[in-house]
Amino acid sequence: MTGLVYGLMALGLSVIFGVVRVVNFAHGEMMTLAMYLTLVAFSALKLDPLALLVPIAAALFVFGYLLQIGLINPFINRPEHSQFMLLVAVAIILVNVQLIVFGPDAQGITTPYSFDSFQLGPVIVDAAKVYAAVAALAVSGALFAFFRFTLTGKAIRACADNYDGARVVGLNVKRLYALTFGLGSACVGAAGTMLMVMGDVTPAIGPAYTLLAFVIVITGGLGSMPGALLGGLLIGVTEALGGVLFVPSAKSMFAFGLLVLVLLFRPQGILGRKST
Amino acid sequence: MGALIEGVPRRSLVSLAALLALLLVFPLFASGYLLAVGFLILYFAYVGQAWNIMMGFAGQLSLGHSLYVGLGAYAAAALYVHFGVSPWIGLGASVAISAAAGGLIGFLAFRFGVAGVYFAILTIAFAEFARIGFDHFTWVRGSSGLFLPVASYAANDLWNLRGSPVMFYYVMLALTVGAFLLCHALLRSRMGYYWLAIRESPEAAQALGVNLFRYKMIAVVLSAAMTSLAGVVFAFYYNNLFPEQIFHISRSIELILGPIIGGIGTLLGPLVGALLITGLAEGMRELMLRLGIDVPGVKQVFYGLCLLVVVVFLPDGVWPPLARALGFERKAKR
Repeated sequence: MTGLVYGLMALGLSVIFGVVRVVNFAHGEMMTLAMYLTLVAFSALKLDPLALLVPIAAALFVFGYLLQIGLINPFINRPEHSQFMLLVAVAIILVNVQLIVFGPDAQGITTPYSFDSFQLGPVIVDAAKVYAAVAALAVSGALFAFFRFTLTGKAIRACADNYDGARVVGLNVKRLYALTFGLGSACVGAAGTMLMVMGDVTPAIGPAYTLLAFVIVITGGLGSMPGALLGGLLIGVTEALGGVLFVPSAKSMFAFGLLVLVLLFRPQGILGRKST
Repeated sequence: MGALIEGVPRRSLVSLAALLALLLVFPLFASGYLLAVGFLILYFAYVGQAWNIMMGFAGQLSLGHSLYVGLGAYAAAALYVHFGVSPWIGLGASVAISAAAGGLIGFLAFRFGVAGVYFAILTIAFAEFARIGFDHFTWVRGSSGLFLPVASYAANDLWNLRGSPVMFYYVMLALTVGAFLLCHALLRSRMGYYWLAIRESPEAAQALGVNLFRYKMIAVVLSAAMTSLAGVVFAFYYNNLFPEQIFHISRSIELILGPIIGGIGTLLGPLVGALLITGLAEGMRELMLRLGIDVPGVKQVFYGLCLLVVVVFLPDGVWPPLARALGFERKAKR
């Protein structure tokens, strides 16, 4: 269940990398931003967090769009380490602004269904997690449909396949990149809203989620959308099993172990295409 | 030695000598606080230089250098705590373990063709793996941390690295100067030119008969070994080690900020970058104290903004344009 939400978060990273070819090192930090927005909106408006999903995804979309237009577009042809530094700087600023505004303590929200659960045969599942997983699937489905069936989606895929080719046929690549970064950010926004339903938020968890998103995306295949979801599930299951079989605090070690194995034997990821 | 300084402008030599002299007499005037800052600057300059061999010379982006710092620190500290082995002997173990770890990562990555972003993330994965692993490694006390017996500041026991900050400052200074000279010599060696060729174009280098695997391996192992020495000094300076801190990814990022800000692939870049970053961070802290602002995070936001400005406006780092302005460019040969 949690795996699907992780998958959605990773999907955002994957979409951004797959098209813009920039590794978003501020991914987890953007997610905590979404979580705090959910928190604020929830306490101000008393709305169901899952109803906030769309407006918060939209807010993150705008954030991502502006980030790409303002900062990242001039960096597209710069070397990798330069892009990396840029996003690390963005990440540092995001984490610490959140720290100033919201303070270092963990904060959470309580929904009417926080303590509900479903019984599926012998397994008891939290209702909140079920709702979140369903919502994650819905958002991912919408994104797939967008890339598959709309003209803009096709144009974005064209940019990903061939940057120069896309420019030759007259596509506004920079605008499409911004759109893509916005969409990737919207995924993170949606994932953040869902995670808020399932747990607490502190500014410090941002970097941890950035790493987690990397692990998932690389396991599934950087740039592959179904791969990101599959990777999310796989990492979710690996962590759960690792936690049961070993000590819970060591569960992330298994995720990183899995990552190392995947990198060595199938560097393009489980569902990734071989780079040309 | 004569070959080393050939072709370097007199102006640069004189300035470097002046800088070294300044660094040598610095502890005579500095307060305890300034000395600690000086130590930090040298520490970051040294590890930055070590990282620079991998990234700046051979073009392999490592984001997991905290792994080598941590392994080096833990190996020497554990030997000292458990068996009373002097760090000067323990650092042999540190270097061996870190070099082996670097060799393993390099071997796996370069054999299986893991490159670019993937290589960077592989290095993060190993560092994180070690961090969580050491959290559960009871011989070194796991997550509750390994503590070294507190040093007496009165007596400087160089053999056991127990002593005053001044001693640590000079040890770190010696390491930094050594690393600087080594990198200078390496850049002028055949291997240095191979590295630069690999950085600029692996395909072209390979076509010319450069053994990519071998020279990339040497860069990684050398960089890992040098970084682990810094880990040893770090362990004996701070007297406590927590996996959560020493292996953390923010440590890896911290130590590469210096060379990136200063200028990747340049000799003085890591030192200039470390000076700027540490100076900035400490200056900010001082300023906040003066202004009486006590909100956690303000300093880091400012720090992030400065980083952003440097990355956006000075893509090659601070040092190359500065060097041009000061006339330190090496005269073109021939």
